[in-house]
Amino acid sequence: MADATLDAKGLNCPLPILKARKALKDVNDGGTLEILATDPGAIADFQAFCRQTGNELMEHSEDDGIYRFLIKKVA
Amino acid sequence: MSAEEKSMSIIVTKGSLDWAYPPFILATTAAAMGLPVTLFFTFYGLPLLLKDLKLQVTASGNPAMKMPMMGMHMGLPNLLTAVPGVDAACSVMMKNLIKKKGVASIEELRDMAVEIDVRMIACQMTMDLFEYDKEDMIDGIDIGGAATYIECATKADINLFI
Repeated sequence: MADATLDAKGLNCPLPILKARKALKDVNDGGTLEILATDPGAIADFQAFCRQTGNELMEHSEDDGIYRFLIKKVA
Repeated sequence: MSAEEKSMSIIVTKGSLDWAYPPFILATTAAAMGLPVTLFFTFYGLPLLLKDLKLQVTASGNPAMKMPMMGMHMGLPNLLTAVPGVDAACSVMMKNLIKKKGVASIEELRDMAVEIDVRMIACQMTMDLFEYDKEDMIDGIDIGGAATYIECATKADINLFI
């Protein structure tokens, strides 16, 4: 179970990233944020976001057009 | 946030609805990724800092502008783009598409840019030239000139002109 969940379904670039960054602020260090999105561009973008910010992308998966990302807050 | 801090600056020179997107998308995203960002608004980009945004697209001189319509992508013949009301109609269509596809509005992106501490500089010379006052602009912006931008650009890793 993630510490927080962000529903970014239906949102297009760059909103999932911007909202994730905002949601991460409320997560404690070492905590996790789950993001649900429908933007196919989010796959590459969350990988890049995590590489750049130092946060850890622990999982990403797709189920019936819904992308799920699990980010661990490190930075 | 980032171990090796990079930064970005963008010169914003265009103020139509479509051209307003790249600078605000890149600025908010870079800031979200931990980069200090500066936007320098000059010439036709300056009105993007006005409190009241009245953004439009124009098909005139924009031959690659095609909109999805009835399962196809349709553009306007060049001659028609000069007909009064066509820009307004194109703008309404574009804004509807933006909403339908879950794309942020420029107002929304600009609010986020303010919130995430993107530094926004209004070009003083353009304000004089086109007769804008600081009171017409949103709060929290700086006013400066070419030297202000150059000082920032010499330190930035990414400098874009849009």
